[in-house]
Formats: sequence, structure tokens, C-alpha cells
Amino acid sequence: MMETLIITALNGLSLGTLLFLISMGLTTIFGVMGVLNFAHGSLYMLGAYMCLQAMRLFHNFWLGLLVAPLAVGLLGMAIEVQFLRKIYDRHLTLQLLLTFAFLLILDDAVRILWGAGYHTVDPPRLLAGTLRVLGRPYPVYSLFILVLGPAVGLALWAFFYRTKVGMIVRAAAMDREMASSLGVNVPKLFTYVFFFGSWLAGLGGALAAPLRAIGPAMGEKIIIESFIVVVIGGLGSFPGAFIGAMIFGLFDAFGIHFVPRIHMAIPFILLAAVLLWRPRGLFGEEI
Amino acid sequence: MERDEVILEVQGVSKAFNDFLALKDVTLKLRKGEFSALIGPNGAGKTTLYNVISGKFRPTRGKVIFLGREIQGLPPHRLVELGLSRSFQITNIFLGLSVEENLLCALIAYHHRGRSLLKPLQAHRDLYEEAEILLSQLGLLEKKDIPVRNLSYGDKRLVEVGLALASRPKLLLLDEPTAGMNPEETERMISLLRRLSEEMETTFFLTEHDMKVVFSVADRIFVLHQGELLAEGAPEEIRENEKVREAYLGGAIA
Amino acid sequence: MRVQGLLGILVLLALILLPSFLPIYFVLLFTEILIMGLFALSFNLLFGYTGLLSFGHAAFFGLGGYAAAFLIRDWGASMALAMLAGVIVAGAAAVLIGYLSVRLDEIYFAMLTLGFGMMFFTLVHQWREVTGGSDGITGFGSPTLKLFGLTLSLGHPVHYYYFALAVVVGSSYLLWRITRSPFGLLLLSLRENPERAAFLGVDVRRYRWFAFVIAGIFAGLAGSLFSPFDRMASPTMLHWTKSAEPVLMSILGGANLFLGPMVGAAIFFFLEHIITKFTTSWMIFLGAILVLLVIFFPEGILGTVVRRGHGKG
Repeated sequence: MMETLIITALNGLSLGTLLFLISMGLTTIFGVMGVLNFAHGSLYMLGAYMCLQAMRLFHNFWLGLLVAPLAVGLLGMAIEVQFLRKIYDRHLTLQLLLTFAFLLILDDAVRILWGAGYHTVDPPRLLAGTLRVLGRPYPVYSLFILVLGPAVGLALWAFFYRTKVGMIVRAAAMDREMASSLGVNVPKLFTYVFFFGSWLAGLGGALAAPLRAIGPAMGEKIIIESFIVVVIGGLGSFPGAFIGAMIFGLFDAFGIHFVPRIHMAIPFILLAAVLLWRPRGLFGEEI
Repeated sequence: MERDEVILEVQGVSKAFNDFLALKDVTLKLRKGEFSALIGPNGAGKTTLYNVISGKFRPTRGKVIFLGREIQGLPPHRLVELGLSRSFQITNIFLGLSVEENLLCALIAYHHRGRSLLKPLQAHRDLYEEAEILLSQLGLLEKKDIPVRNLSYGDKRLVEVGLALASRPKLLLLDEPTAGMNPEETERMISLLRRLSEEMETTFFLTEHDMKVVFSVADRIFVLHQGELLAEGAPEEIRENEKVREAYLGGAIA
Repeated sequence: MRVQGLLGILVLLALILLPSFLPIYFVLLFTEILIMGLFALSFNLLFGYTGLLSFGHAAFFGLGGYAAAFLIRDWGASMALAMLAGVIVAGAAAVLIGYLSVRLDEIYFAMLTLGFGMMFFTLVHQWREVTGGSDGITGFGSPTLKLFGLTLSLGHPVHYYYFALAVVVGSSYLLWRITRSPFGLLLLSLRENPERAAFLGVDVRRYRWFAFVIAGIFAGLAGSLFSPFDRMASPTMLHWTKSAEPVLMSILGGANLFLGPMVGAAIFFFLEHIITKFTTSWMIFLGAILVLLVIFFPEGILGTVVRRGHGKG
């Protein structure tokens, strides 16, 4: 029983890690720019598909892992410069409509480029196979994700809280005008932040490629999940993204295991609970 | 009106934003019928105090008592019902609606007509009549159908005050009503405020930068400096007050 | 106002006479336009009037459609009962989801409506035993109407068209009355400046919730009109791609005019007709059109049309 619980927890944390990467991107973009990127899940999906493509062309996962996030980051940057930039000072509604429009465009684009079917990607040889964990075989790749997650989290934390650039980004997130009057080139900062957020989404997608079936509905599922994560953790909060993602992952994993019939409802039950009890989220600002 | 009755009491109110203490143990009493004013240099905490009184912020410490009832922490929409209303320093009105519609919104809300779903608004003649009275008082009757976004700045500020007046509040907080106005518009506002304080049962509490306005209308002045209540008294007393002079660096008080 | 009233009557006359001079294809097309137009009108109560952008409105449309489909297939219910069921189910869902979604600001609202909308989609899509899963509900007979003890078949396209026209006109009139009521003006104040509305004594959350429920009810009504028409209730009726349709229709036709979304529905179908001649990838075009509208015609989306008094066309 104990082993089952631990294995289930590991699964949960593994999922949590992926969710964390994506939610981190979403919440950073929101925190600094005030933009809710509806297309974020589609960017994640593109990351997975580009990794797939890289595998097909070069038969090298690591190359895919390098190239896919970069490509997605650049695409994000292009969207920001060409489109988003034009509506920053306008009404909130326009920004929501715009990112939603890109959700529609990208989701359909994926279907056009790669078809409506599902594909799989094998993990790289280095990370293939299983290891014995508590007497049971556990996929090496999942362990890799498990280790990578906190590592990336730590790197991000170090970046945001220990480097000058990171502090500038956080300051801008707290008060855009103040940052601007202190000499920060806010438009450029926005572009970089959007690149960064999109890159994270793409990274999440590329990492998820060997774990999940790659299909045109990937984006849908993940954007809802990351919305729930940021509501739980608090929109705009960096620690919130991490904790929220882990909570989600754990609830999901235990849900699949213990109550498989209703496990799909669990994220929404969590969501409703947070909204009723602590609407701003665990780390959100109280009014 | 019994001049001695206390209408609002702020008891030991402090308000902190993270590490910054915007208000420090502020205590004051407003009397019914007395036109009071709150002054102080920039950053003194005037708007913060207003925000605490009007329910936008919850005080970190202390109480706000309105007509004998504790109101700190109540949501803003509850306060109108109790008879407390406020206007804003930065014009905060319904730009896409006409002048009349702006006032009607206030009246509908106050008279709880929002529950009426199928009866046309036009049928609520009493609301239109009240609006007309307000429009006359504000001097905006001929402009009632103009979309507010097309009005001059001064007229927009009139609508701003009008919205707060519509509920015929017992206490009206006016946050820098003449902010950004030219001398002519300021004069208009001053005479409007004087007239209203005579005509209406409402007790006015004003905060202003323009000392001319304050000394033209106020019966009692409270001075806030760096979040603390520095002095209070009749206008002449405040004018003579050394501490107040210092706080303003001898500039603003006429 | 006069001109618009006259125009409205002319259009109504044209719609009434339509089956007499156009082939069945157009009767079917306009039935769909009318139903989707009602769906869009319900959405616009939230968007154009209350200033809330919901990305999950299709959930109520779909729930209404499924409720109606169930009643017709399993109980041979007449349209009146089917529509009642649609309204009740959609309304109940809207009460629940609305309560949760209005607790925070507009950004959270957008996120939450998307999430909850897709929650219903997933529910309907996965629960094969009850909802038929991705196959949906099919195999039910022609819709019928029980009037004065008689059972009239609405199977013929022209009969259903007139029935839908009556329901849509009636519902639109109700919605119009609501927008012209004091409640309607308060909704506008919420769109313009929710903070100030609160300081005027408006319980913002409560009014947004009311608006949400009303919008959900009319969407459910539209859905319950649609599934008998389509002879099918399928999960796509609840998907966000369906939720995007009233958004586009409202924007295309003008969110600031009461009948704008209805006109937008017509424009939308016209566009679909043209575009699907070249490609099946309709979403990408929807998205592209939306991008163009947002970038080049933002005022068209948000700007107020000059109007007199409390009137919106």
C-alpha cells in the first residue's frame, strides 16, 4: 500500500512538473504584462509537435528538446510584436479576444499541418526503459521529468530572485509605470517576457512529447489545466504556479488511482473549492 | 439639524500597505450639518482615509462608526443604503451613457429598482422626476442627453458629484471635487457646494488641494500630514496654526 | 428610432414571406440563422450589455440541446416540453457556474467560463452510457407541437421554420424588454464602470450573476430549438469552438446594437458559405477574422453607436 501511495505521488509530481512549466509561462506573462494568453496551451502543443517533427527529421530527441522551445518562443515573440503590441493600451476585452483568436488559429493550423490523428514519440535511448523504484518498474523518463522539474524551478527562482534582470522583471510585474520611470524599456521587456513564457510552454510540450499521445486536442486539455492551476495558486504569483501545479498533479494522480470514474471532475471540484473558500488563490493578493 | 450630533467617527484608524504605513492612528469626529474639510500636503493619506471610510479598504486597525454603526470592512455597495456616499478625485463616471442615464443609474440603484426586469425604464416616471431635480441643481438640465464622454472636463466633474448626490446621502465624501478645474469651473463648484449645503440635509466632508475652495465652504478643517492628524479646528484657527504652516512649507495656505 | 422600427417590420415581413419565394435550402439556412442569432443575442446580454466576455457560453446552448433531445427521443415530448427542459437544465447550470465565475474580475471570468464550458463538454463527451459520447444523441423523430389538444408535426422544414421564427421573435422581444428595463441600464453601468456602480450601491457580483443566468437560459432555449432541427445533439454543441461563434457574430454585427448579433449571425453564415467552398479549416479563418477585427476595427467592437436616450436599436 505504501509503495502504491509513493508511486502515485511520483506520478502526480511528474504531471505537476509539466504543468508547472506551462503555468509558470502563463502566470509570468500575466504578472508582467497583464495579458492572459489563451493561446498558451496551443503553444505547448506546438512544442510537442515540433519535437515530433525534429525526431522525424533528425532522429534526435535532444535536438528536438533544444529546437522546439526555441521555435515556439520565436513564434510567441512574433505574435507579441506584430499583434499584441498594438492593443496594450486598449480595453481588456480586446486582448482577451486576440489571444483567443490565436488559440483558434494555432489549433486549426496544427490540424492542417499534421492531420487529426495521434502520434507518439519514444523517449531518447538514454532515458528509455524502467528503473526499480520501491520494487516496481518505473519509467526512467518520468523520473527524469521529476528531477528536471524542481531543477528548472530552482533555476527560475534563482533567476527571478537572485539576478538583477529577474528583479527588474518582478518590479515591472508589480508596477509597470514605476519600472518605466526608472528607465526600464517596458516594450522590450514585454517582448522578452512573452518570448520566455512561450519558450516555457514549448519546453513543456517538447518534454511531454514522449509521455503523452501527441494530438490536436492536447492544447485544449492543458490550457484548462493551467487555468485551474493559476486560479489555485493565484494569477500572477510565481510560487503559486509551483504549488498550484503540484497540488493539481497530486490530486489528479490520486484521483486516477482511487476514483477513476470521476477523476476528470476532480480538477473542477478543486477549482470550485478554491473559488468558494479563497478566491484569490493560495498566493494571490487579498484585496 | 442638531449641530452636536456626531454623524461619523473615525477611531484610531491605521492602514498599512505591506511595510508602508499610510494612516497612523487617525481619530476624528464629524458633526451632522457641519461642512468639514480634510486637507494636507500630497501623500498625506487623504484619499486613503476616504477609501477606508467608503469601504474600498479595510483598516489595518481601528474603527469607522457611521450613525452609531460600525462600518469598516463593509463592501462599498452596502454603504449607500446606509446613507454614505462618495465622489472620486479622478473622474469615475459612466462615459458611454448620457448625463441623465448616469444619474438614473444612481437613482435606480438607490431605490432598488434594479429588480425590475420587464417594465421599461421610461415607465418609472418618479426616477425621471428626481433626475430632473438633480439636473437642475447641477445646472446640467439642457445637457441631459449628451453622452458624458463628450462633455467638458468641468461638466464631467459635475456629473461626478451628481452621481454621489443622487442618493441624497446623509454623509457625502467629496474627493477633490475641483481637481483639474480652471478658475471659472472652480467658482461654479464652490457656489454649487454652498447652495447644496444650504438646501440639503446632507453633511459634506470635502478634501481639497485648492485652499480657496476649502476656506470658502468649510465650517471645520482637519489637517492630515504623513498619515497622522496634525490639527483640527475652525478655518481661522487652522490658518494661524504653526504646525500646519510648517507642514505646507508656508506655501499653500492663503 | 422610427427608422429602425420600420426596418425591423420590413425584415420581419420578409422573413415571414421567405418560404414562399425561396427554395428549401434557404428555409433551412434561415432557420439556423435565427436560432444561432438567438444564441448570439443571449451571449451579447453578457458581452455588449454587461461587459463580460464569456468563452463558455456554448455549454448552455449544448445543455439545452441535449435536454430537448432526451425528452423527444425517450419521452416523445412535444416542443413545448422539450424547450422547457432545455431552459431548466441550462438555467440550473448557469446558476451554478455563474455563481463561481463572477466572484472575481473580468480576467478570471474569461478563464473560468472557458474552463467550466469545457468541463461540460468533457462530461458530455465522455459519459457514453448516458449521452452517447462522441456520437451524441440521434434517432429521434420529428419535433411536434401540442396545441389545443392537437398534435402538429413540425417535421417539414417550412413548419419548423415558422415555429422557430415565432419562438425567436418572442424571445428576442423578451430580451429587448429586459435591456430597456432599469435592470438593463444597471447592466450598462457595470459594463462602463463596475467600480463606480458598486459605490452607487449596486451589488456587482449579484447583478453579473443575474445577467449570466438570463443569458444562460436564453442560450439553452436556442439549443433546445437547435437539436430537434438538426435531429441530433452532439458534444460539439458545447465545445469552445461553438462558444466562439456568438462572440464573432456579436462583433461582426455590432455588440452595441440590440439586434447586432442577429445580423452578425447572418453575416457569419454568409462568410461560412463562402469560405467552406475553399477549405474545411473554418476555425483558422474565424480566428483570422477576429484578429483583423480586433486590430483594425477595435472601435467597431467597443465603440458606442450614437443613440438617443436609453436605446440600443
